[in-house]
Amino acid sequence: MARARKRDRLRWSKLYTFSCFRHPHTDEGGGGGGGPSAASGSPVGGPGFSRVVHCNNSILHRRKPLKYPTNYISTTKYNVLTFLPKAIFEQFRRVANLYFLLTAILSLTPVCPFSPVSMIAPLAFVVGLSMIKEALEDWRRFMQDMKVNNRKVSVHKGDGEFGFRHWEDLCVGDVVRVEKDQFFPADLLLLSSSYEDGICYVETMNLDGETNLKLKRSLEVTLPLEEDETYKDFRGVIRCEDPNPSLYTFIGNLEYERQIYSIDPFQILLRDSKLRNTAFIYGVVIFTGHDSKVMQNSTESPSKRSRIEKKMDLVIYILFTVLVLISLISSIGFAVRIKLDLPRWWYLQPEKSNKLDDPTRPALSGIFHLITALILYGYLIPISLYVSIEVVKVAQAHFINQDLHMFDEETGNTAQARTSNLNEELGQVHTILSDKTGTLTCNQMDFLKCSIAGVSYGVRASEVERAAAKQMASGAADDQDISLEDVWENTEDEIQLLEGVNFSAGNTPKTSIKGFSFEDNRLMQGNWTKEPNSNMVLLFFRILALCHTAIPEVNEETGALTYEAESPDEGAFLVAAREFGFEFSKRTQSSIFIKEKYTSSNGTIEREFKILNLLEFNSKRKRMTVILKDEDDRIFLLCKGADTIIFDRLAKNGRLYEPDTTKHLNEYGEAGLRTLALSYRMLEESEYASWNAEFLQAKTSIGPDRELQLERVADLIERELILVGATAVEDKLQTGVPQCIDRLAQAGLKIWVLTGDKMETAINIGYACSLLRQGMKRISLSTTAGDQVAQDAQKAAKESLMLQIANGSQMVKLEKDPDAAFALIIDGKALTFALEDDMKHMFLNLATECASVICCRVSPRQKALVTRLVKEGLGKTTLAIGDGANDVGMIQEADIGVGISGVEGMQAVMASDFSISQFRFLERLLVVHGHWCYKRIAQMICYFFYKNITFGLTIFYFEAFAGFSGQSVYDDWFMLLFNVVLTSLPVISLGVFEQDVSAEICLQFPALYQQGPNNLFFDWYRILGWMGNGLYSSLAIFFLNICIFYDQAIRSGGQTADMASVGTTMFSCIIWAVNIQIALTMSHFTWIQHVFVWGSIGTWYVFIIAYGMALKSRDNYQIMLEVLGPAPLYWAATLLVTAACNIPYLIHISYQRSCNPLDHHVIQEIKYLRKDVEDETMWKRERSKARQRTKIGFTARVDAKIKQIKGRLHKKSPSLTIHTVA
Amino acid sequence: MSVSGSESEASRRSSKKPKYSKFTQQELPACKPLLTPGIVIGAFSLIGIVFVPIGLASLSASQEIVELVDRYDEECVPASDKIGFIQDTKVDKACTRKITVPKPMKGPIHIYYQLENFYQNHRRYVKSRSDQQLRSKDYKDPKAVIKSCDPEATTGDGSLIVPCGLIAWSLFNDTYAFSVNKKEVQVNKKNIAWASDKNSKFGSDVFPINFQKGGLIGGGNLNEKLPLSEQEDLIVWMRTAALPTFRKLYGRIESDIMASDEITVVIQNNYNTYSFGGTKALVLSTASWIGGKNNFIGIAYVAVGGICLFLAMGFVVLYVIKPRTLGDPSYLSWNKEDAGYSH
Repeated sequence: MARARKRDRLRWSKLYTFSCFRHPHTDEGGGGGGGPSAASGSPVGGPGFSRVVHCNNSILHRRKPLKYPTNYISTTKYNVLTFLPKAIFEQFRRVANLYFLLTAILSLTPVCPFSPVSMIAPLAFVVGLSMIKEALEDWRRFMQDMKVNNRKVSVHKGDGEFGFRHWEDLCVGDVVRVEKDQFFPADLLLLSSSYEDGICYVETMNLDGETNLKLKRSLEVTLPLEEDETYKDFRGVIRCEDPNPSLYTFIGNLEYERQIYSIDPFQILLRDSKLRNTAFIYGVVIFTGHDSKVMQNSTESPSKRSRIEKKMDLVIYILFTVLVLISLISSIGFAVRIKLDLPRWWYLQPEKSNKLDDPTRPALSGIFHLITALILYGYLIPISLYVSIEVVKVAQAHFINQDLHMFDEETGNTAQARTSNLNEELGQVHTILSDKTGTLTCNQMDFLKCSIAGVSYGVRASEVERAAAKQMASGAADDQDISLEDVWENTEDEIQLLEGVNFSAGNTPKTSIKGFSFEDNRLMQGNWTKEPNSNMVLLFFRILALCHTAIPEVNEETGALTYEAESPDEGAFLVAAREFGFEFSKRTQSSIFIKEKYTSSNGTIEREFKILNLLEFNSKRKRMTVILKDEDDRIFLLCKGADTIIFDRLAKNGRLYEPDTTKHLNEYGEAGLRTLALSYRMLEESEYASWNAEFLQAKTSIGPDRELQLERVADLIERELILVGATAVEDKLQTGVPQCIDRLAQAGLKIWVLTGDKMETAINIGYACSLLRQGMKRISLSTTAGDQVAQDAQKAAKESLMLQIANGSQMVKLEKDPDAAFALIIDGKALTFALEDDMKHMFLNLATECASVICCRVSPRQKALVTRLVKEGLGKTTLAIGDGANDVGMIQEADIGVGISGVEGMQAVMASDFSISQFRFLERLLVVHGHWCYKRIAQMICYFFYKNITFGLTIFYFEAFAGFSGQSVYDDWFMLLFNVVLTSLPVISLGVFEQDVSAEICLQFPALYQQGPNNLFFDWYRILGWMGNGLYSSLAIFFLNICIFYDQAIRSGGQTADMASVGTTMFSCIIWAVNIQIALTMSHFTWIQHVFVWGSIGTWYVFIIAYGMALKSRDNYQIMLEVLGPAPLYWAATLLVTAACNIPYLIHISYQRSCNPLDHHVIQEIKYLRKDVEDETMWKRERSKARQRTKIGFTARVDAKIKQIKGRLHKKSPSLTIHTVA
Repeated sequence: MSVSGSESEASRRSSKKPKYSKFTQQELPACKPLLTPGIVIGAFSLIGIVFVPIGLASLSASQEIVELVDRYDEECVPASDKIGFIQDTKVDKACTRKITVPKPMKGPIHIYYQLENFYQNHRRYVKSRSDQQLRSKDYKDPKAVIKSCDPEATTGDGSLIVPCGLIAWSLFNDTYAFSVNKKEVQVNKKNIAWASDKNSKFGSDVFPINFQKGGLIGGGNLNEKLPLSEQEDLIVWMRTAALPTFRKLYGRIESDIMASDEITVVIQNNYNTYSFGGTKALVLSTASWIGGKNNFIGIAYVAVGGICLFLAMGFVVLYVIKPRTLGDPSYLSWNKEDAGYSH
C-alpha cells in the first residue's frame, strides 16, 4: 500500500514555475536551497531566539528548564478560584455600581436615612445577577475551549508507533501526523508529506481569510522521514525564535544529523490552518497552545457598549448632577435650619445633639447631611436599571437564539447572541462592512454558460437573470407599481421570460452535480459533434480539461473522480469538461490523461498529453498557460485568463470570434457571472525549443530578478493566440444573499465589501450580489507604480492616488443625473495610502458619496482600519460581518461584529458579538430583532428615568416640609421594593415583549428600520420629554396628596392622617401612576404584560396588607386594612392623582397620533382596520414605496434593466430576448 | 474516527433546532389597543363624566361639614413673656374660650388640637422611639432600645425611661373642658386611637416608668397606673404627623350641638409652642364619608374632570378641522412632500 502510493507521487515542485521554487536563502550564513548552513551570524540563540525544541523527544520538554506551555488553550476570563474576586472587581468597575456600593457602606453609619438592608439587598441582587450572567458566559467559552482541546491528533508514541492523543496533551517536540482536511493542532515544522518532494497544500482561511491554497515544503534533509517507522530513531534539535504574533516570518534552524539547516516560513505549518490536497504530513511541534502564532495574534475582544447605553450613561450623569444639586439644596437648607431653628425646637432636645445635627457647627452638620441626602435621593439614579437592562437583554438574546427563522437546517446552527449587551445597537446600524468569501459567497463555482466560437451556450439563467425575468413578468402587469415581493415570493422553477421564452428547469431532472449547472442540449450527450464549429468546441473542451493544476482523486467506494483544484473555478471547469465527455482521469509527473467519450469511433478513448511547461496563474499575470504535446506530437499552447489580457495577446487571425465573444462576455458579466477567455496556439517544434531554452535559463537563474525574468520569458510565448471562447461560472452566492443585500439597502444601510480577493473576483461578486451593475459609474483607485521600494515612488503613488480621489470627488460633484450611481473600488495597496491620516477623510468623503464601496486585496489589519475609519469618521454605527480569522480584527473593531458560523473555523465567531450561519439571516437580525430591541431598550430606559424621577423627587419635596432633616415619608420597605419588585416586571415585560409592528411588517417595510439609525426613540427631545413627564408626575403626586391630606380628618371617624398614611397613599399613587403610564406606553399586550402590569399593582396591595399584618412595630401596621382601605378619601386621592399624572402624556400621544403620526402608527392603524386585506393595491404600493431609494441592490439593478429594456422596446419591435437562444 | 454516522449527525442537528413555541417566536396572541379618535374622545369624556360627579359629591359632603377653629395660643398667655409663662410650672394656665356655633353640628363632634410649625416629621424626632419597648415589657434588646430612643432614653442615673424617646417625651398636654350653654359636656376620649395600635403596638403590660424624669421636662405626664395600651392620647401623639402643621384627635362630643349654641372651653394651656414660634388651635368638626372639611379634593376632581371634558371637545374640534382617516398612507414618511425619511 505504501509502496503503491509512493509510485503515484508527483514531484510537483517541478511543474510550477513561479511560486514553488526553492526559496533562495538570503540570510547571511545560509547555504541556500535548504542546504546546510552555519548558525554563525544568524540571530538564533540570541535574545528573543531562545527556544530549543528536541524533536521526537518531548520528554525533555516536560521538565524545566525546557518546559513550555502545553497545548491546552483557554479563552475564559475566569477560573474557579479567580472568579469571585475578579468578577466582583469587574462589577465594581462600573461607576454606578461603585456608587451604590458606597451608599451601601455608608448605610451602615448613622448618616444613612434608611436601614442598611434596604441599601445592601438591591445591590447584592443586582451584582449577583450580573455575576451569574458573567459566569454563564464564561462557562460557554470554557465548553468551546474544551471542544478544541479534546480534538484528537495522531502522535508518535515511540518505536515508530503512532496513536491518537487529545490536542491539549500535545507537547513541544512531539511528532504528529496530520491527515487531509484536518487542522494543525499546533505550529509545526513540516518534515515530510505524502508527496515525494515534501510539499503540502495549506488552507489558511482561519488565519488570513485567503481561500486559495498555499504551498509549503519541507527541508530536503527530512524528506526520507515519510513513514511511521522512520520516526523510531529520529532525533533533531530546533533552535528558533520565541513565540511572537508575526504570521509570515519565522527564523530558526534545525540541527539534524550533525548538520545545521536553516528553517524559513515555508516549512512552518501554523495552528488552525488546514491541510488540503495532501494525504498526510508529518511535522514536529514547535509552538504549543498560547505560544502558537494564531493564539499570539488573538487579542482580547474589546468590551463594547451600545450607543444607547453610552447616552444612557450621559443621562445618568445628568441625573447625578441633579442629585448632587438637590442634595446641596437639602444640606444647605438643613444647615440653615439647624443654625436658626433647631435651638428653638425644644422637642428635639437640641442641647443633647451630636455632630450630625449640631446647631453650633451647622457647616459640619451640613456636610454630613449632604451624604445623607445623596443616599436619600439616590432613587433618582435607577439602580435596578442596569440589572433590568441586563435581564431584558438576556431575554432578547434568548429570542434571537431561539428564532426559527434564523435556524439553518443545513448546519443545524441557530443564531447566537454571544454578547447580549449590543442587542439594541442592531437597530441602529448605518454601515455594514462585509467580508466576501464565505460570507457572501459559498466559495463554490458553478459552470453555467460558455461562448464557443462566437456562439453562446447554456440556457440556465443565473440568479440575477431569473429575478430580472420575474420582475419583468410582474412589471408587465403593472407598469408603475413594481412590487418586489413578488419577485422573491414567487419561487417556482419555471420562469416565463417575456414572450414565451421558456427556461425550463423542470423538464429534465435537475442536475445535482456540484459545480455544474450547465444546460444546453446542443452540447450535452455528445451533441456538440453536430455543431457547425465542432472542432472549436472540441478545442474548447480540451482547454477546460487540460489547462489547470488540479489532481484527480478516485473515491475508493464509488470509483468516481473528484478533483483537488487550487481554486474552485478550476474545479468547476474540470467537472464541466467531464460532463461534456472529457474526463480528466490521471496526472503523472509529465502527462495528463483524458478519457474522451464522444469520439468518432463511439468509444471512450484515453488520450495522453505530455506537459512541457506550466505557467501558472497569479494575480499579476491574470492568465495561466500550459504547453503540451499531444499524441501526434503537435505542440499546443493553451491559455486561459481574464478577457482583457487574452484579447491583448490575440493573433491577427485569432480574432475571428472576438466581437461575438465580447458581446457574450458583457452579457455574462451583466448576469453576475465570472468570466474567463480561452485561447490556444500551435507551436512549431523549433519555435518551442528556442523559447524553452530561454525559459530554462530564466528558471535556473538565481537572484532577485528571477521572477521578472520568468515573467518576461513567459510573456514571449503567450502571444499570437487564437480565441476559442469564454466561460462563465457563477460564483455561488450563499442562499438569499442578493435578496438580503437588496432589503438591507432598502432599509437604508450602506454596504461595503472588504475582501482579500483580487479585484476582478471582487468586481464579479459585486455584480453577482448587485452591489455593482452595468451603467454604474465606477471609480477605481489603485496605485499604478510598481513595487519599487524607493521613497519617491511611494510618494508618487500617493500623489497619484490623491489625484484619483480628487478626480473622483469632482466627478461625483458634477454629476447632474440624480439616478446616477457611483461605485468605488479600491485595492489594498492604494488603501494603505488612503488610510493615512492626511488622506483618509478625503477618501471617506468620496466613499460615502458612492453607492457601493468594494475594497479588494485588503489585509486583516486594513479591514480593521477601514472599519475604524468608517466608525470614527462617520460617527455612525458600523456592523462588520465575516467568517474567517482574517475578519477578527474588523469584527472586534466594529460597533457590532457578526460572525458567520457553520463554516469551519471558529475564530470569527469567537470574536463576534452575534453569530449567524448564513448571511441572509442578517436581514432578520437587523430589521426585526434590531428594530425591536432598539425600540424596546430605548422606551425602557426612558421609562426608567421617568419612573425614578417621579419617585425620587417626591422624596425631595417632602424634605422641604420636614426641615430638610433627611426623613423619608415612605417606609424603608417601600423604597426597597419600588425598584426591585413593584415596578420592575412591567418595564421588563416592555423591554422583552414590546412590538410596535409584527416581524412580518418589519420585513415588509424596511424603511421602518430607519427609525433606529435616525434615533427617533432615544434623542434628547424624547429623553427630556420623559424626564419632564417625571418631574410633572412627581409634582402632581406630591402636592395633590399634601393638599388632600393636609390637616383634615381622612375618615368619617374623624381620624387624621399620620406620616405613614400619607406616605402609603403617595406610594399607592406612584404605583398606580407609573404602571398606568407604562400601560399607555405599550402597544402590544400579551397575557404576560397584562399579568405584569396589573399584577404589579395587585402585588402592591398584597404586599401592603401582608406587611401590615406582619410587622407590628411599624407605623404601617394594619395600615391598609384598618386605616386607608375603609377611607374613601384614600381611593379618591389615588384615582385623582393617577389620572392627573397620566393626562398630559395621553394628550401628547393623542395629539401626535392625530396630527403627526409616525410610520409605525399608520401601519398599526392599517393593520388594525384590516385595510391591508381590503385594499391590497394600496398595501402593495406602500410596501414597495417603503424602501429607501437605493442605487445598489437587486431592485435598483432590476429597475435599471427594465429601463434599459423598455428603452429598447420603444426603439425596436417586440422580438426581444434576454440572453436566450433563439 | 471523525465519522460518527450521518444519523447521529442528523439527530444532533435536529436536537439543536429550537422547538417552536409561540413564546420563543414572539408570536403570542396579543391585543394591540389603538388610540383611535373615538377612544381618545371616549377616554377623556369618560374621565370627565366620572370625575365631575365625584368632585361634586365630595364638595357637597365637604360643605355639610361644620368646622370651628379657635386659635388660642396668643390669647391664653400674657403678651409680655410667653415663654417664661409657659415654662413656669406653678402658674395656673387655665384659659376660657367661648365659641358660638354658626350651624347645627351633629354628633359625634370631633375635637382636635392643631399645632403649626411643629416638626413631628423631623428625622431626629421620628427616630427617637422604641417600638419594642412600647409593645411589651419582655423586649429582648435593651441596648437597642436605648440607642433608638436617643437622646431621651434614660434618666440622669441611667435607668430606662418608659416610654422613652423624644416623641413620648414631648407629649401634648393641653387639656380642654367643654360646656355647651353653661352645661358641662362630656368628652369621650375612648377610641381616638387606631384599634390595632392599642391592641398590638402598645402593650397592656407596659406601664410608664421614670417618665418625664430625665432631667428636662418636655410635655405631658402619664398615669403610671395605666398600661400604655390605654393611654390613647399618647398613642395618637406617637403617630407622627407628616407635615409641620397637623391636627390630632383629642376626643369626641357625642351629643349634637344646635346652631347659635355657645360652647365654653376651659383650656389648660400647658404646651410650649412659644419657644419655636408655633401656634395652637382647638378644632371642633363634624365628619362625613370624606372625612373632615376638605374642599380641595372636590375642586380638584371637578377641575380635572372639567379639563378632560374640555379636552374631549378639543379633540372633537381637532378631528373635525384636521381630519385624518385612520391608516391613511399619505401620512407615511415616504409619502410626505419633503420625502425625507428621517421624520
